[in-house]
Amino acid sequence: MLKCLTFVSADSEVGVVQPDRPREQDGCVTESVLRLREPANRVSPWARMYWTVRALAGWIVVAIPVTIVAVQVPIGGLIGAVAAVIAIAHLTVMPRWRYRVHRWEATPDAVYTQAGWFNQERRIAPIARVQTVDTQRGPFEQLFGLANVTVTTASAAGPVKIHGLERADADTLAADLTARAQDSAGDGT
Amino acid sequence: MTTVETPPEIDWRRLNSRMLLIHPVVEVGKALPAIVAILVAGRGTDSGTVWAAAIAVVVAVVSIIRWFTTGYRITVDRIELRRGLFRRRTLNAPLDRVRTVDVTSHVLHRLLGLARVVIGTGTSDRKGRDQVILDGLTLSEAAGLRVELLHRDHAPVPMEVGVPVSVKEDVEEELVRADPRWLRFAPFTLTGAVTGLALLGVLWRVVSEAHVNLSTLGPVRDVAHRLERWPLAGTVVVVAAGVVAFVVIASTVGYVLAFWRFRVTRHRGGTLQVTRGLITTRATSIEQRRLRGAEVSEPLLLRSVRGARCLAIATGLRVGRGAERGGEILLPPAPRAAAVSLAATVIGTDVPFTEALARHPIAARRRRVTRALAGSVVLVVAAALGVGFGHWPVWVLVVTAVLAGAAIPLGVDRYHSLGHALSGEYLVTRFGTIVRRRSALQTDGVIGWNIGRSYFQRRAGLASLTATTAAGRQQYKITDIGDAEAVAFANAAVPNLLTQFLADR
Repeated sequence: MLKCLTFVSADSEVGVVQPDRPREQDGCVTESVLRLREPANRVSPWARMYWTVRALAGWIVVAIPVTIVAVQVPIGGLIGAVAAVIAIAHLTVMPRWRYRVHRWEATPDAVYTQAGWFNQERRIAPIARVQTVDTQRGPFEQLFGLANVTVTTASAAGPVKIHGLERADADTLAADLTARAQDSAGDGT
Repeated sequence: MTTVETPPEIDWRRLNSRMLLIHPVVEVGKALPAIVAILVAGRGTDSGTVWAAAIAVVVAVVSIIRWFTTGYRITVDRIELRRGLFRRRTLNAPLDRVRTVDVTSHVLHRLLGLARVVIGTGTSDRKGRDQVILDGLTLSEAAGLRVELLHRDHAPVPMEVGVPVSVKEDVEEELVRADPRWLRFAPFTLTGAVTGLALLGVLWRVVSEAHVNLSTLGPVRDVAHRLERWPLAGTVVVVAAGVVAFVVIASTVGYVLAFWRFRVTRHRGGTLQVTRGLITTRATSIEQRRLRGAEVSEPLLLRSVRGARCLAIATGLRVGRGAERGGEILLPPAPRAAAVSLAATVIGTDVPFTEALARHPIAARRRRVTRALAGSVVLVVAAALGVGFGHWPVWVLVVTAVLAGAAIPLGVDRYHSLGHALSGEYLVTRFGTIVRRRSALQTDGVIGWNIGRSYFQRRAGLASLTATTAAGRQQYKITDIGDAEAVAFANAAVPNLLTQFLADR
C-alpha cells in the first residue's frame, strides 16, 4: 500500500507545477502529481428516477406562482416558456449527471464519497472518528426502494452522506460501518 | 449505575441564600415588558395597576420558590442538580466528563459577592443540554469548585462538599495581562458601536411606541433647526463627525466593559484560564488537552492599525457569537505581535504564525476578483435599469459603479489573504478580507476531509479543501488551492488516510 509521496506546490504561474518541498518517505521521492481516484461503487440506477421525481416535485411547487404571474403579465407567455425550458433541462441533465458523479466506497479504515453534479464534493472520514451511522428513507426514496446512509463524526461540518443506495445495500453498509466504528477506541475528537 | 460499595449519602445543598435577593429582582426585570404593557393597556384604570402589581408579586414569589426547590450535591463521581416544584428534574454529570467551568458575576452578583458557575460537559455544547448551572455560590466556593472539578486528577479522594480547596494549591503562571495602551485599538473594533447602535434602536422603538413626538423636545428641535440653516455639506460633515465620535466612544466603553483586567493564566492542573470584565466579571477555563490550536484574526479596521485578536481552538467550548465565533477569546484587540506571541505560547510553537505561507495559484485570484465583481455587477445593472426606466436619481448609478470599482481591490486582497502551510503538527490556513484569519489546527484534530470542486473550480484546476474537526469553527477551509496540491496537502497532514484512494499512475 505504501506509495512514494511527494509534496508538490503549485507555483504562482498557471499550470506550472514545481516540486516545492520534496518530502522523503521510505527513502524514495517521486515527482508525481497526486490525484484521488473515484470511489469504487456506484449508487443504484434507480437513484436517477428518485432524483428526477424529487426535482419534479420542486418544479411543481415553482410552477404555481410562475403560472399565476404568467397569466397576468403581458410577457407572461415568454416567462412561462423560459421557466419550462429551464425545468426540462434540469430534469433531463441533472439526474444523469448526478448518477455519473455519485459514488462511494468503504474500506476497513475510511469512508469515501463523491457527490454533486454542477458543484461536486468528495468527503473522506476515517472510521476511527465515526460517531453515528444512520440510514434514512424519505417518501420519494421509498418509492424506488432506496435509502441513504449518513455517517457523522464529532465535527458539525463532517457528515458523510451516501444517497440513492438500494435498501439492502444501505442496511448492510450501515451495520458494517457501525460494527467497525465500535471496534475503534477513543471519543472521536 | 453499579456501585460495589454504597457511597455515604451526601446531603443536598442549597445555593447561597443571598440569591433570594437577586432572583426576584432579575425575574421581575425579565417580566418588566409584560408588566409595562399591562400598565399601558389599562392606563388610568385601577385594575391595570392591580394586575401589574399582582404579576410582579407572582413572578417574585415563583423565583423565591425556585430557590427553595433547587439543590445540588457533588458525590464521589458526579455532580447533581435538582430543581422544580411540581416536576422535579435532576440533572447530573459525571465529574470526569467536566470540560469547562465558567464563573460569571453580573452586577447584582458582584454587589453580594456571588458568582454563577456553568459546568459544561458536552462536546459541542448545544444550548443548555450539556450544562449544569449553579446560579449563586460565593466567590470562594466558586473558585474552589473550579479547581476541584478541573484538576481532579490530583484529588482522587472524595471531596468534602462545600469546603473550598485552598486556592493557593493552584499554581498559576500568567501568560498575558491587558495593557492599558491597548485601549487605542478599541475604536477599531466596532463591537461596542454595534451594541451602541442596538441600544439606539431600542431607544427609538421605545420613543415611537410611547408616541413621544421628538420634534416637540427642546434640544432636538434646536439641533434640527440649526442643521436646517447650514449648507448641505456642513450638515454631512457634522453628522459624519457625530457618528465617528459615537462609534469611538461606544467602542472604547465596550472594550473597557468587556476586557477590563483581562488576564490569561496557565494552571498546573493543565488548564488555561481567561479572566475579564469590569462590571460583569467572567472567568473561563480551557482544558489544555482539549486545545487543538489557535487563531489570530484581524478584522479589516484592526488590520489597518496592525492590531489583531487571538482565539483558542478547542473542543467542547461554547461556540460564541459575533467576535467570539470560532473560539474562546484569548486576547482582546491588541498589537498583532502580542496576539502572535500569545498564540505561540499557548500552542507551544510560533512557526505556524510566522512562517511564510504557500501562495495559491493565480487562477484563484481571478476567481476572487470575479466573485467580488459578480455581486456588484448585479447592483450596477439594477441601478442602470432603475435610472433608465424608474426615474431614479443618477447618483444611485454613480455610487453603485464606484462600489463595483472597489470590488476589484477587495478581490485582490482576498487573494492575498489566501495561504496555507503544514508546519510541524499544525495545519495552517489563512483567508478573508473583512476579517482575515490565520488558524493553526493540530493535524491530530482533523477528523475528515471535504474536497469541494465547483464547475468553475474544476475548469481552473482548483479545489477547496476543508479539514473537519470537533474543535472551534468545526471546519477549516483552504479555498482555491491547486487541485493536486489539495490531495498532496491532505495526504501529508494526515498520513495513511488518503493513500488507499490515490489514483495509480
